[in-house]
Amino acid sequence: MADVPLDHMQDHHAATVAARRHFLTRFVIYGLLAIFAAIYLVPLLVVVLNSFRDQQEIARNGLISLPRSFRLEAWGQAWSTYCIGGTCEGMQRNFYNSLKMTIPATIISTVVGAMNGYILSKWRFKGSEALFTCMLLGVFIPGQISLMPWAFILGNLGLSNSTYGLIVIHVIQGISFTTLFCRNYYVSIPDDLIKAARIDGAGFWRIFRKIILPLSSPILIVTVIWQFTGIWNEYLFGVVFTSGQQQPITAALVALTASGTNVRAYDVMSAAVLIGALPPLLIYLFGGKYFVRGLTQGAIK
Amino acid sequence: MSNHDLILSTPAPARPWRERLGSAMPLLVLGPSLVASFVYVFVFTGWTLYISLSNSSLLPTYGFVGLDNYASLWANRRWNIAYDNLFLFSGFYIVGSMAVGLLLAILIDQRVRGEAVWRTIFLYPLAVSFIVTGTVWSWLYNPTDGIQAMVRGLGWTNFSFALASDRHYAIYAVIITGVWQSSGFAMALFLAGLRSVDADLVKAAQIDGASTFRIYRKVLLPTIAPIFLAVAVIQIQFAIKTFDLVAALTKGGPGISTTFPAIYVYDLMFQRGQIGEGAAAAIMMLAALAVVLVPYSLWVVWRRRKEAGHG
Repeated sequence: MADVPLDHMQDHHAATVAARRHFLTRFVIYGLLAIFAAIYLVPLLVVVLNSFRDQQEIARNGLISLPRSFRLEAWGQAWSTYCIGGTCEGMQRNFYNSLKMTIPATIISTVVGAMNGYILSKWRFKGSEALFTCMLLGVFIPGQISLMPWAFILGNLGLSNSTYGLIVIHVIQGISFTTLFCRNYYVSIPDDLIKAARIDGAGFWRIFRKIILPLSSPILIVTVIWQFTGIWNEYLFGVVFTSGQQQPITAALVALTASGTNVRAYDVMSAAVLIGALPPLLIYLFGGKYFVRGLTQGAIK
Repeated sequence: MSNHDLILSTPAPARPWRERLGSAMPLLVLGPSLVASFVYVFVFTGWTLYISLSNSSLLPTYGFVGLDNYASLWANRRWNIAYDNLFLFSGFYIVGSMAVGLLLAILIDQRVRGEAVWRTIFLYPLAVSFIVTGTVWSWLYNPTDGIQAMVRGLGWTNFSFALASDRHYAIYAVIITGVWQSSGFAMALFLAGLRSVDADLVKAAQIDGASTFRIYRKVLLPTIAPIFLAVAVIQIQFAIKTFDLVAALTKGGPGISTTFPAIYVYDLMFQRGQIGEGAAAAIMMLAALAVVLVPYSLWVVWRRRKEAGHG
């Protein structure tokens, strides 16, 4: 040791300190990430595990414990035989209701939003910016404001307690969002492209089909994911305007978990919760990457 | 149809109907949405405002009573608790989810391995409904089956964790759950912001010998300041509209301790048949939103004008 020149030794020392420090920061970074990941994943894990456990076992050992049994019955019960408020059909009908509501409402509101965004960015006319601002206000209006008017309108259209009524609500409410997303995205498509096409004689629809639409996939993915998860997960309108067999799955879930008679059927409820969470989760897992990218490109500006 | 546009674009003496239709097309397509949005935004709001000034009880009636509904609303203890809760919740929820979101974004920004995996984990709650989140967390908070039971089972028999069933602390159970659900969203936006900062700025600071901590504090975070504001405004909106989360998590209880304005509106309108007062409560929610959003929109417009002026 004593042979080593002093400055060299210091260098060596400094290097190990730096390496140790680097290792320590890395350790802290991954440690914190792991802790947070656990906090985020444990609730999901608990529900998944409990959906396969035996009800008695859950009652004995609590919700958060290692499973000592494995059965699939809870899923079957939650899907097709469990009783909610007198009818014993599980969640299947409500699941279909949600699909029947979410898919058309998502498609319609996305198509309309894309057209609106196209017009408000590429076919501007006098006052179109002001109209856009007015449409934008719809994003902010709380659902509670529209409850009474909707009740009146749906009643008069004969659409109360029906999935179609909810589709109408979600389309009209959703147009503000979809228009905003698409318009902000289309603004970044160069106007020269459109001008050139117009000089070549292309009209309104042709420009949309040949120029705008092929460039639209990022924003359409965002819009579809946003609308699908938003409408699928919506609860207020579902619980206010539908009842019993017409309810979407969110409202049915609340009814199911509130209907605990004696022993809480955590196994069935867990399976039901997962059935209700699965469609948006799947959409998110497959499209989440594009969603985040697109959201920061178009929506938040 | 559009194949013929080529021919039609040569100016004809009498404008053929097709061309006229073509030039009116944008407005024709936009029209229905405009009408629907106008009705949704202005007519519905005006309608609810009018109901809030009427003596409607079980059904909307239109006898004008002025501000009576507002007076009786603010005289109601439960409404005051709901409004207090809204402020308490909004404050902690926004600060909490932004703090956690920023921490996660900065951690992920340190060139960690498996970035996509971490991001997916932190963001997945966003895809799940408040109903699902609220239901599951209500189980975790449940003293006899959830976290308390688990820790006691490990041997700490005196351990107590009954947030959601204590009327003084139940609101914090709602806050924690809300932060859990939405901090990933804040993370995604912060991360996108951090990534959009000009790399040369950071390099310059590094050459000057600034520490990572200092670079974040002095360079990166000030640059993404507008994102802080955007995230805060989005979260405030969620907070004011909070309904599902509480409905699934605490049902406004224990007692009335976690009542929120949105819950109260629902109760008045559909459980107690006091439509007039319910409408007044809904208008108060809108007012709370306006207090936040109007200054924000003005600021955004002002900033855009300024940028346009410079560029």
